[in-house]
Amino acid sequence: MAQLTINGESRTIDVPGDTTLLWALRDLAGLKGTKYGCGVGLCGACTIHVDGVAQVSCMLTVSQVEGTEITTIEGLSDDGNHPVQVAWRELNVPQCGFCQAGQIMTAASLIEDKPDISDQEILDGMSGNLCRCGCYQRIVAAVRTAATGS
Amino acid sequence: MLHYLEQAAAGKVAPRKAIVVRNVSRRTFLGTAAAGFAVAAFPKDALGFAKYEVGGSQMPHGLVYDPTVFVSIDSDGTVTIVAHRSEMGTGVRTSLPMVLADEMGADWDRVKIIQAEGDEPKYGNQDTDGSRSMRHHIQSMRQMGASVRFMLAIAAMQHFGIIDQPIEAVAEAFGASDDQFEVQGVTVGVHEVTNDATGEAVGFGELAEIAMLVPVPEFEQLNFKDESEFRYVGKGEIEPYDQHDITTGKAIYGADVDLPGMKVAVIARPPAVGAPLVSYDATAARSIAGVEDIAELPITVMPAKFAPLGGVAVIAAHTDAAIRGRDALEIEWGEGPHSNYNTEEFTAEMRETANAPGKVLRKEGDPEAAFAEAAKVFGREYSQAHMAHAPMEPPVAIADVKDGKAEIWAPVQSPFGTRQDIAAALELPIEDVTVHVTLLGGGFGRKSKCDFAIEAALLSRDVGAPVRVQWTREDDIHHSFFHTTSVERIEVALDDQDAVTGWRHNSVAPSILSTFAEDSGHQFFIESGMGHVDVPFEIPNMSIENGKAMAHTRIGWYRAVSNVPRAWAIQSFVAELADELGRDQKDLLIELIGSDRELDPPNQGFPDDYWNYGEVYQEYPITTARLKNVTELAAEKAGWGADLPAGSGLGIAAHRAFVTYVAVAARVDIVDGLITVPEMHIAVDCGFVANPERIRSQMEGAAVMGMTLALNSAITFQNGAAQQSNFYDYDIVRATNFPKVVHTHIVEHPFSVHAAGVGEPGVPPIAPAIANAVFNATGQRLRDLPIGTTVS
Repeated sequence: MAQLTINGESRTIDVPGDTTLLWALRDLAGLKGTKYGCGVGLCGACTIHVDGVAQVSCMLTVSQVEGTEITTIEGLSDDGNHPVQVAWRELNVPQCGFCQAGQIMTAASLIEDKPDISDQEILDGMSGNLCRCGCYQRIVAAVRTAATGS
Repeated sequence: MLHYLEQAAAGKVAPRKAIVVRNVSRRTFLGTAAAGFAVAAFPKDALGFAKYEVGGSQMPHGLVYDPTVFVSIDSDGTVTIVAHRSEMGTGVRTSLPMVLADEMGADWDRVKIIQAEGDEPKYGNQDTDGSRSMRHHIQSMRQMGASVRFMLAIAAMQHFGIIDQPIEAVAEAFGASDDQFEVQGVTVGVHEVTNDATGEAVGFGELAEIAMLVPVPEFEQLNFKDESEFRYVGKGEIEPYDQHDITTGKAIYGADVDLPGMKVAVIARPPAVGAPLVSYDATAARSIAGVEDIAELPITVMPAKFAPLGGVAVIAAHTDAAIRGRDALEIEWGEGPHSNYNTEEFTAEMRETANAPGKVLRKEGDPEAAFAEAAKVFGREYSQAHMAHAPMEPPVAIADVKDGKAEIWAPVQSPFGTRQDIAAALELPIEDVTVHVTLLGGGFGRKSKCDFAIEAALLSRDVGAPVRVQWTREDDIHHSFFHTTSVERIEVALDDQDAVTGWRHNSVAPSILSTFAEDSGHQFFIESGMGHVDVPFEIPNMSIENGKAMAHTRIGWYRAVSNVPRAWAIQSFVAELADELGRDQKDLLIELIGSDRELDPPNQGFPDDYWNYGEVYQEYPITTARLKNVTELAAEKAGWGADLPAGSGLGIAAHRAFVTYVAVAARVDIVDGLITVPEMHIAVDCGFVANPERIRSQMEGAAVMGMTLALNSAITFQNGAAQQSNFYDYDIVRATNFPKVVHTHIVEHPFSVHAAGVGEPGVPPIAPAIANAVFNATGQRLRDLPIGTTVS
């Protein structure tokens, strides 16, 4: 039994403490926006925020995040208009879209309070998120747009 | 691919013949007793396009032109359009309905899209691969859009009293007369119809009920929009339909469907295809909290089409328990028919075969004489390793089998094929099987093969509950339907002036057909049609050959299929030959393509079963001017010929695939030994351009996938088992090193230059363009894919 705070809501999840957070979120909390892509922290599809910092949920257990504030793509903004989400749509970033929740969560954490983020910081910061469709060119441009407003 | 494989496996290969398309001319309305609302002759011959034959009509269940199947209009004006092809990132779920909406006059903001279930008798062919969606369906979408517009116009004529009869009488008159009704006195605008005389307008919603009583018109009755009248087609300004949901985490992919009481299954499959299950111990697995049951699936041997590999399934309350349970199984696998498959030995064998004469598929002129009399023979060989598609969403499917019925939710490229295979596996009538198609988290050909959905159906039946079968990334990479491995040997005969007088290309690769039929070791017509027999060079003597190679793992199709190794070999070879002869690489490529012409397959020794991507050749011929044009365009935009600093190079490659022409000029900079690609120029000619925005995104994506396969993608086998497991040993390029700026240059054409697809054709020229650039930067010629991420 674990007590988690997810998207501002207190949730009781009936699993052992060593259960992988990703599957607890998807299968037990019913939050399907966080995706499974590799299970070993190499693709970033399952990226969430733990106390505002991007982390891959496939490498966390539920007991590790008790007492933290967890944010998933569903809770990133009330209206779906976080600057990163808006930039993503402006530039038509997604193709299949499967990795994009993770990309957006990484980007939102990356640009937090960084209006003058450099191109290299964007590339390095996004390098943990794979996109098999190959949307990187637009991802990088959208991160820059979201960070700098242009 | 599926359709052709089934044809070939059954030995029913029929070459496509041209059909005569009726010369359509508009008849004027003559006025008969049956129709008291005779109208004047139509003011102009407004037929927007001449209908042409596409391969879609020859696909299983063909093309459907009935707008009542695809379109419905609510009284509030909401227009609902069915997307019958699978969305895996190409934008098809947006682009095809957009064509229909534009032609009918619908306001896109009032269009809702629903996804078709797998039902080809109703919707026509739904097999989403082969870069076919736009190519096959743009005409039917336009026709259905124009049909609805016509029906709304007739309804408006009745609404405004221009037709002073009840709509039922109009409907009856349609059937009773050979003559055709024409729209008069009304103008269809955007989502409304205006009375020309009074200026009064009525919305689509208000007309919907009457419009649906109007019989569906024939093509000849229709008035199509002029291309200049399109509001969405050709503009690229429509937001992809699912984009908002994708960015907010609401989009539904395969694993996102939840059913009450659903169990999760993760399966241990044989490491080598067909290896028998000797014994297993599930004690440890059963002790894991959440694990509920263990089930066996029968082991299959090739050829098994899409039948699951078999193995041991762990059934659990949630995914985490199922994965841990599966990993805790102790299994002894026996020796199978392919347990001796070892990549190193097999590649050596293929090389030997490629250097011997192969089975001749195309012979033009007298190649033996050309080589015998050559002043010089120049030959090279190129290889490619197996690849796995590795879509970001690993295979996953949900099945609920109960009371003699099966309901499936799955990210599949071939929903009706899936339904047929599941009906067969469960021995149920097809009417009792439903397949719902979710969004696909990438497909690339992997999700044309529904083994994972059959697994879910079998397990749901056995367990007596809804089951989600979840593949892990390791499962995906170990048990793909792999892109084939190949060795391509090319030789040219040169005369004493260094003119190329003979071309010999022997392709050696296990065939996809081995997945469907007893393996002959030889490739079949779709594989040889992809850049092998159809090489567009103007060389008088040609010998196109195929050497034998048996399959020892499940071979499938991967984005662009055999075009990948063919473009790799041919485009690398031309650059090597240019260097050998001291010629400019681009100039030699243009020179080999030769004069402006259409190739003439029957008179150039093409095989009788030559496959032009399923298209009637005359409609989509091999046009050398288009290939040369994209080559020159990419070269010019990239600044071909400019001096570059040491460690930098430009490489070029061009290829026709899926009847679309693509050329790539790639810039490579070697940075501390690392191959980087700061810029690419991609020129694409896919005929009429329906959605340029999604064409660009497909080219940008192809650049990334092409760079990944050029540098990284290798699945190797040892004792029949794939040696790679996850992104640590099967990496894909990342934000730190990808083609940084891709410029896409789209060649524009009127509708009369038939539209073709772009999902696959961008991929083949990328790898040779990069390798040619690496050579030009370093002097190192790399001939084996993947070439690796660094050069010394």
